[in-house]
Amino acid sequence: MNHYKHLTLKDHVRETQIFNQRLIVAAVILVILITLLLSRLVYLQIISLSHFSLLSENNRVNILPIPPTRGLIYDHNGILLAQNLPSFTLELVTEHMHDVDETIRQIGGLITLSEEDIKRFNKNRRHKRRFEDIPLRFRLNDEEVARIAVNQYRMPGVNIHAALTRHYPLGALGAHAIGYVGRINVEELRNLDESNYSGTSHIGKIGIERSYEDLLHGRVGMQKVETNAQGKILRVLERTLPVPGKNLYLNLDVKLQAIAEDGFGDHTGALVAIDPRDGAVLALASMPTYDPNLFVNGISTRDYSQLRDSPDRPLFNRALRGQYPPGSTIKPFIGLAGLELHEVNPTEELNCPGWYMLKNDPRRYRDWKKTGHGKTDLTRAIVESCDVYFYNLSLALGIENMHDFLTTFGLGKRTGIDIGGEKAGLLPSSAWKRRAHQLPWFPGETLITGIGQGFMLTTPLQLANISATLSRHGQRRQPHMLYAIEAPDSSRFDVIPTAPVNPPAVASEDNWNTIIQAMKQVVHGIHGTARRISHKLPYTIAGKTGTAQVFGIKQDEEYVEEDVSKKLRDHALFIGFAPVDDPQIAIAVIVENGGSGGATAAPIARKVMDQYLLNAGS
Amino acid sequence: MAFSDPPLLRDAPAHARRMRFFRLRIDWPLLVALLLLAGVGLFVLYSASGQNMAVVQAQGLRILLAFFIMLLLAQIAPYGIQFWSPWLYGLGLLLLLAVLVMGEIGKGAQRWLDLGFVTFQPSEIMKLAVPMMIAWYFAEAPLPPNRKRLSIAGVLLIIPTLLVAKQPDLGTALLIASSGIFVLLLAGLSLRFISIFLFLILACTPIAWNYLLHDYQRQRILTFINPENDPLGAGYHIIQSTIAIGSGGIYGKGWLNGTQSHLDFLPERSTDFIFAVLSEEFGFLGVISLLSLYTFIIARGLIIASQAQHTFGRLLAGSITMTFFVYVFVNIGMVSGILPVVGVPLPLVSYGGTSVVTLLAGFGILMSIHTHRKLMPT
Repeated sequence: MNHYKHLTLKDHVRETQIFNQRLIVAAVILVILITLLLSRLVYLQIISLSHFSLLSENNRVNILPIPPTRGLIYDHNGILLAQNLPSFTLELVTEHMHDVDETIRQIGGLITLSEEDIKRFNKNRRHKRRFEDIPLRFRLNDEEVARIAVNQYRMPGVNIHAALTRHYPLGALGAHAIGYVGRINVEELRNLDESNYSGTSHIGKIGIERSYEDLLHGRVGMQKVETNAQGKILRVLERTLPVPGKNLYLNLDVKLQAIAEDGFGDHTGALVAIDPRDGAVLALASMPTYDPNLFVNGISTRDYSQLRDSPDRPLFNRALRGQYPPGSTIKPFIGLAGLELHEVNPTEELNCPGWYMLKNDPRRYRDWKKTGHGKTDLTRAIVESCDVYFYNLSLALGIENMHDFLTTFGLGKRTGIDIGGEKAGLLPSSAWKRRAHQLPWFPGETLITGIGQGFMLTTPLQLANISATLSRHGQRRQPHMLYAIEAPDSSRFDVIPTAPVNPPAVASEDNWNTIIQAMKQVVHGIHGTARRISHKLPYTIAGKTGTAQVFGIKQDEEYVEEDVSKKLRDHALFIGFAPVDDPQIAIAVIVENGGSGGATAAPIARKVMDQYLLNAGS
Repeated sequence: MAFSDPPLLRDAPAHARRMRFFRLRIDWPLLVALLLLAGVGLFVLYSASGQNMAVVQAQGLRILLAFFIMLLLAQIAPYGIQFWSPWLYGLGLLLLLAVLVMGEIGKGAQRWLDLGFVTFQPSEIMKLAVPMMIAWYFAEAPLPPNRKRLSIAGVLLIIPTLLVAKQPDLGTALLIASSGIFVLLLAGLSLRFISIFLFLILACTPIAWNYLLHDYQRQRILTFINPENDPLGAGYHIIQSTIAIGSGGIYGKGWLNGTQSHLDFLPERSTDFIFAVLSEEFGFLGVISLLSLYTFIIARGLIIASQAQHTFGRLLAGSITMTFFVYVFVNIGMVSGILPVVGVPLPLVSYGGTSVVTLLAGFGILMSIHTHRKLMPT
């Protein structure tokens, strides 16, 4: 205690010394620590400034796409075929919600959500970008919009998106030509210009909508927006307006199209009408057709399986992709080849007993007319469609000559029409057969090729196209759907010119005339196979009927239409053009299982021609 | 015995004796620097609060009250403060226990005490009461303290620290502990003890990690080590605040123009993270100015401590100043991403009342220590 007191009184100096020493050490440590802080701040604010500026800018500024308005599609007369209608879509941003499933349950209590909707939503959710809106329900009606709007404050991340939806006001009419749009799928996403489609949800899937996607879509616009941490847009910093898609005018005439489609009744089949002067496709029908509006926002599985499983295959575009034996409709062209290659004299007559036999071949090649046509020249052979005459002619020509001649008309190749998916058909040759079947060509095959049976396959579009070429004496044009392009922002209207295609190898005008006159007799002659459509006909038609066998008939057996189930009945064909002196329309019609060309196919062609030539402008 | 200093001014001339009653005891350099700091704080707060004048007014009133308390304390002689130290410590301990009990009843974290007319955090009292108590305890015996006194001082320090840590308020516990430790260090804690102490801290780290820290505190430390691990969760704060600071550059984006701050990217932007707002809007120059102001205040505090004439005053002044530095260092270190996130405000700038009052009360004590010195021949 004594010691203690002593120190208390005496050692103030030492205490102060220790204290001041400690204070100096503390001050030094303080300076070091402050320097540490400063160097950290120098690192952040001076050395890494550009890095953090970028991060801060990225935080703040979002670039949002403004999707362009899709171009409209009109027919030749300005009738609207595809338009954009406002529609409301319910979209969710899952990043903004705590429990997505709970939110969906909540929404389900307000509006009806189908199993389908939820399934699609969950599918889209898997491959989405961050903070992207995913649609849950399409086409909300006003009441549903109101119900969601009132409850929106309780459900963060739930938005109603007003957008334009593609709509086809004429529904199923011309669907195979116009096509439709649908939501962009994963595969399409991979192949398209991602920035240009950054605001777009739909893309042309088929038909005109697909082939002119680039023109219809337009260029995306952009807006730079300032957003807060919740992604809410506070203000727009910069805006580049989108360039709307071009409006398209088609060569298609919907009145003609409607008459063509009506003409089929319950039959399936296809019709293509072309203006031979410029290759304009006036009508392109494939029956049955379907409502393209079903596809716009994702077709339901039920609707889709109904379309897919229908035995009539409504989704199948027969006009472009249906490949049929041309049957007797090929005869005028075989005849033309015979004339051009001097294998036949038009006035020379040949006896037709109703059948034909090759040497060293026991098989009888029959004529459709059992009793035969008797003495027959080229014209009569075309008018009455004598098979025996053409058996002879094709044997004289040989398969290579037929193949080469028909190639110059464009058979066996795609016509190059401006809709995708077209098939090339098949124009056989011995080289082809060796390649495809590893078999030699047999003479019998040459015979049946001469009457459009056997291996030969053509599409309705090809048939219409060769009729058009024939009608104007070899003036060949590429068939095309697009008539003109209109820029909605500048009202520029550009008519698309058509390029001529290499003409067929026909040198003599007389040969054209011989064949065309024979085809005129098919309709106007008293023995013509299509004579029934000449009733009260104020203009002239040149045509040719055809029948394509769906199944083979055994030797010495007779084809009796009533005995054959409808699916196995022959296809009825007709090709033709009118008026004969100045052809303005060329048509090919195929009525599947329609029986005889003159009875079922030709009348449809007549109705379409009547509309085009007589009622035009009304 | 505790007040063994001779009475002041006994030998002063009569007019000086009279003057004493009229003289406001103020340390002007400190006052001016603190006022400047508070002014800067309000200025930044106006921006950080999204130009909310009501917030600025509320904070201004608190600061005004705090300055009043500071000046009031400055008028009390150090021995008065010394006298009341154990009482204040006892009261603080009782209140902490009360909070703990109420927390048990209320089932959950409890930091606040509602006195009906005002709510406050008893832990704030301890920020001053702990260094006062230990300085009081050390002042009555010669320094450096012997082992027995050190152990008692250690107990005086650990009890309130643990009570606050249990609330759980790690930031305040840290400040309380450091304020006490500073007294120990300044009192002349031997190097041997310092090394034992450091060793003990290291040894206790795994225990503290496993038993003392809450999940969220562990998470904060893990996140501090690698914020990119959890960019949307706990790491978000740090990532966004470093972006705010870094994008400020040398000159800053300008007052009210901080995009990180104003577009809600920055969390807690008017309280613990207000430094990021200042850095973003005023840039490196603003940061340098603020740090200079803090350094000046700290330097002034250390000078006051070194010039103090009595053990109690010098220990307390040193501790208060160093604790003030801990505020600054921990806050800026945390916001700029070199320390884990601990709830320590930026002194006099962060929005919030209690810490302002405690801080300025501390500076009141500093002023009292400095202005009540006896004139001594040098």
